[in-house]
Amino acid sequence: MKQILELRVNGDRHEVGVPTHFTLLETLRYVLGLTGSKQGCDKGDCGACTVIVDGEAVLSCIMPVQEAEGREVRTVEGIAGRRGAHPLQKAFDLTGAAQCGFCTPGILCSALALLEVNPQADRDEIARALSGNLCRCTGYTKIFEAVLLAGQAMSSGREPAEIIGEP
Amino acid sequence: MHPEELLRKQAETAPDPGAAEALAPHDLSRLGRRSRRVDGHRKSTGSEIYTDDIVLPGMLHGKILRSPHPHARIVAIDTSDAEAIPGVQSVITGRDMPLAYGIIPWTRDEHALAFDKVRFVGDAVAAVAAVDEDTANEALTRIRVEYEILPPLFEPEEALEASGNPIHEAKKEGRNGNITKHVHLEFGDVDEAMAGSDVTVEGEYYFHGTTHTPIEPHCAVARRNVNGLLEVWSSTQVPHYLQRELARVLDLDVAEVRVVQPAVGGAFGGKSEPFDLEFAVALLAMRTGRPVKILYTREELFYSHRGRHPMDMSYRVGATADGRIRAVDGKLLLDGGAYASFGLVTAYYSGQLLMAPYDVETYRFDATRVYTNKPPCGPKRGHGSVQPRFGFEVSLDKLAEKLGIDPIELRRRNFMGLGRTVNEFRVQSNGFMECLDKVEHASDWKNRYGRLPRGHGLGVAGSCYISGTNYPIYPNDMPQASAQVQIERSGRVTVLHGASEIGQGSDSTMAYIACEELGVPVEYVRVVSADTDLTPVDLGAYSSRETLMVGNAVMMACRELGTKVRASVATATGVGAEQVRLANGWALAGGERMPIARAFMLAEAEHGTLGAVGHYNTPKEGVHGDYRGGTIGASPAYSFTAHVAEVEVDEHTGFVNVRKIWVAHDCGRALNPMLVEGQMEGSAYMGFAEAVMEHQRVKRGTPEGGLHDAPSLLDYRIPTSLDCPEFIPLIVEANDPEGPYGAKEAGEGPLHPSLPAIANAIFDAVGVRIDRLPFTPDRVWRALQAARADAAPESESG
Repeated sequence: MKQILELRVNGDRHEVGVPTHFTLLETLRYVLGLTGSKQGCDKGDCGACTVIVDGEAVLSCIMPVQEAEGREVRTVEGIAGRRGAHPLQKAFDLTGAAQCGFCTPGILCSALALLEVNPQADRDEIARALSGNLCRCTGYTKIFEAVLLAGQAMSSGREPAEIIGEP
Repeated sequence: MHPEELLRKQAETAPDPGAAEALAPHDLSRLGRRSRRVDGHRKSTGSEIYTDDIVLPGMLHGKILRSPHPHARIVAIDTSDAEAIPGVQSVITGRDMPLAYGIIPWTRDEHALAFDKVRFVGDAVAAVAAVDEDTANEALTRIRVEYEILPPLFEPEEALEASGNPIHEAKKEGRNGNITKHVHLEFGDVDEAMAGSDVTVEGEYYFHGTTHTPIEPHCAVARRNVNGLLEVWSSTQVPHYLQRELARVLDLDVAEVRVVQPAVGGAFGGKSEPFDLEFAVALLAMRTGRPVKILYTREELFYSHRGRHPMDMSYRVGATADGRIRAVDGKLLLDGGAYASFGLVTAYYSGQLLMAPYDVETYRFDATRVYTNKPPCGPKRGHGSVQPRFGFEVSLDKLAEKLGIDPIELRRRNFMGLGRTVNEFRVQSNGFMECLDKVEHASDWKNRYGRLPRGHGLGVAGSCYISGTNYPIYPNDMPQASAQVQIERSGRVTVLHGASEIGQGSDSTMAYIACEELGVPVEYVRVVSADTDLTPVDLGAYSSRETLMVGNAVMMACRELGTKVRASVATATGVGAEQVRLANGWALAGGERMPIARAFMLAEAEHGTLGAVGHYNTPKEGVHGDYRGGTIGASPAYSFTAHVAEVEVDEHTGFVNVRKIWVAHDCGRALNPMLVEGQMEGSAYMGFAEAVMEHQRVKRGTPEGGLHDAPSLLDYRIPTSLDCPEFIPLIVEANDPEGPYGAKEAGEGPLHPSLPAIANAIFDAVGVRIDRLPFTPDRVWRALQAARADAAPESESG
C-alpha cells in the first residue's frame, strides 16, 4: 500500500508516493534518487544514513518517512551552497578526513548539526557528537582535525585553506 | 577555442613558475607534499557512486537463502512454491553452478551456491531474483530444503583428529580432509642453537578472530548485454580475479565478462575474493535477461567473513646473555573456518613474515590450517602475520625482562640492517632503527617506561611487512601491474590503471605520479581505474602492492611520454633535452618557459598521437630463497614499524584504556604524507580495536551451534569516536631501490605492533602477562585476580 506525502528536502518540495513502511532513508535513496545518504546496517547502529531534520542529526534508516513530513530535511547533497562547498566539506578535503568515504555523508551531517549550534566545539564535544557515526578507515584522527578546522573557519569567516596555510 | 587562447588562459592560471624554476634537478616537484585526494570532493558532497547507488532500467532485486545448520548434507531442494509467487523471476541453486572455485587455484573447494553440503551457518544454498526486495525475501521463505544433519566441528583441535564426516573430503586417501595446509620449515639448526642459548623464554599465545567490518556492505549488480557481454559491478578489491572466476564458474570466455569496480566503501581484505552474491547476480541476470542487484545485509557480512584467523601459537625463543636472538621455534594452529579461501597463503605467511627486522640465527615454524564449521577465515589487513607478531613481540618483551635489558634496546641489539633474513628474504632498505628512535623520543620512553604509577604503562613492539608479493596468485610470466597513459594538446592527462581504489588513495597516488612526471596540475589529470574493459590488467588491492607495483607502472608510462615532450620542447627552444623540466603546469627550458599545453602540442605535432604503457614485475632473481615455499611472502621491498602504546588499567574493573599510540613507520619515500598518515592512523586503530574490543565468534552446542555471537554493529564492538586513543603518526623514509621514487607500503604494516605494544604496556602497568586476546575487562580482571592469588602465599610466608 502506498501513501502520498509532501516532503521538503534540501529546500526542494516533493510530493512522493511511498510504501507505508518506508523509512526516510529508503525514500531518499529509492524514490528521490538522493543516494548520498548511505545504508551501512539498516538498523540505526552505524550512522552512515545520518541526515539533518529541523537542525537535528537523525538516523534516517530508522525514521519512518511520515515523521519527516512538514519538517526541513537536509542531506549531504544539500550541504554545499550556491557559491560552492561548505567550509566543513573543504576542511574534509584538505585534511584527508575521508578515506573510503562511505561514512562521510553521515559524519558531515552530524558534524554540521553540531557546528551550526556550536562552531567552537572542542575535541571532546566533537567526539560526543560523532559517537553515533562509525568510521572504519581513519581512527577518527583526521575527522577531528577537519571538524575543528571547519569550526574555526565558520566562527572566523576565514577559508579553511587559509587557516592551515595551504596555498 | 583557438590554441593561442587556450595557452593564454593556462599561462594566466598556472601557478607561479618561480617555484618550478627554483627546483634542483633531483627535487620532486609534486610528490612528497601533503596533497588533496582526487576523489575528496566527490566524497564530501555525496556524489561518489558506490555499487548500491547504481540503478539500471528494469533491475530486479536478489536475495540469498542461507543454511541454518553448521554442517549438513543437502538431500533435496524444492523451489516450486517460490517460483510460483507473482513477481519472482528466477530461483537458482547449487546445481545451476556445479563448477568449484577458489581464489587459490590449488584449493578450489567452494561452490557459488552450496552443491551437496553446507559447512557453516550462513553457507549460501539458493538465490532468487524478484521485482522488489520484499518479494525476494518472501520467496526465500518458500524454498524448502531437506537437510541431513551432520555433527559439526567447531574446535580446531577436534578437526585435527581425523574421524568420520570430514568437512571436506581428503584429496588423497589416508589424509585428514579437515587439514587445508601444513607447512614445516627450518632454517639452521634450531635445536642446537636453542640448547646453546644462555636464556630461553616460552609462551602459549592465542589470537581470537576478528572480522573486517567495512561500513559498506558487499553489493553486486549484473547485466547481460544483447551482444552477450556479461557486465558485473561489484564492491570488490580484486576485479581481475573476479572476472576470471565468474568466467570459470559460469562457463564463459573470460573475454565475455566485464567487471567494473565502482567506489568501494572500505574492504580491508574482506572483498578480496569472489563471493556468492557476485555469481548469483550474474547467473540471475543471464536467466532473466534483466539487470539484478544483491546487497548484503549487515548480518550477512558477519557470516561471509573471510576475516583474521584465530590462532593458537607457541613460541620458544633462545638468546645470548646480552640479548641476541639465537633461536626461534614456533608452532601454530590456524582455525580456518569452512573453506580454504587464501588459507594456503595464510599458513605460509604465519611463519614466513616474522623474520625481520631482526637478525635471527635459526628459525623453525610448523603451521597447520584446519577447517571448522564456522564462517570462513581469509585475509584481513596484515594477512597472516598479525597474530604471530603478537606472540613473538610479547616473547621479546619477556626476554628483555628476564635479561634486565630495556625492551627498545633489546630490539636495537637484534637489528638486522640490510641483507637477508634467516629465511632468505632480501631487504634493501630498512628504517627500523629510526622508527625505534622516533617512538622512544616522542613517548619520552627513557623517563617514563617502568616509572609510571601503578596502573599506567608503556609498551613497545616492532614489525615488518611486504610491499606486494613477488608472484601472482595464478602462475604466469605476464606483468603484475600495468598502466596506460594518454596525453593531448589541451594538457589533459588520462591515466588508465587497474589498481583498486578502496579508500587507501591509489587513484590519488597515480594521479600525482602523472603530475610529477608530466608537469601538469592535478586538475588536468583524469584517472580511470579498475574496469576490466577499459584498464590494463592489475591483480588488485591486496598485500599492500598498489603504490609500489602500479606506481612503478604509471611512472614508466609517464616517463616515456615525458621524454618525448621534453625532446620536442628542446627542439623548439634550442636547448638540450636534459635541460627541459616539466613542472607545476609549465615546461621550463633554460631561461624560457611555456604553458604545459604548448609542450604537449609540440610533442603531438612531432610524434603524432601520444600514449604509452608501463608495467611492473618483481625481479625474478635474488628476491627470495630457493626452497619449497621460499617465494611465498617474499616481496620486492619491506616496510618497518615501531609502536609505543600507553595504557591505563583499572584494576577494579579490568578495563584497559589505551590512551595513546605513537606509530613510527618506514614507508620509504612518502609520496603523499597526508595519505600515509591516514593509513598509519587507520592501521593502528584497527590493531587497537582487535586488541581490546572486537571478537568474531560463533555459539557452541545445540540448537544454536554455529550461529554468530554478535552479528550487528551494535554487538560486534568496533570503536566509536569516544573509544579511540590518540594516534600519533611519525613517518620514517628509508627509500627502497625497487619502489617508485623509493616508496614502499603504508596500508598494512602499521597495524601489526598495536596488539603486542598494548600487551607489553599492560605488563608495565600492572605486572601481569596476558597472552590471550582480546584484553576485555573480564579477562584482564581475572588475570589480575589470579596474579594476586599467586602472590598471596608468598607475601604470607615473607
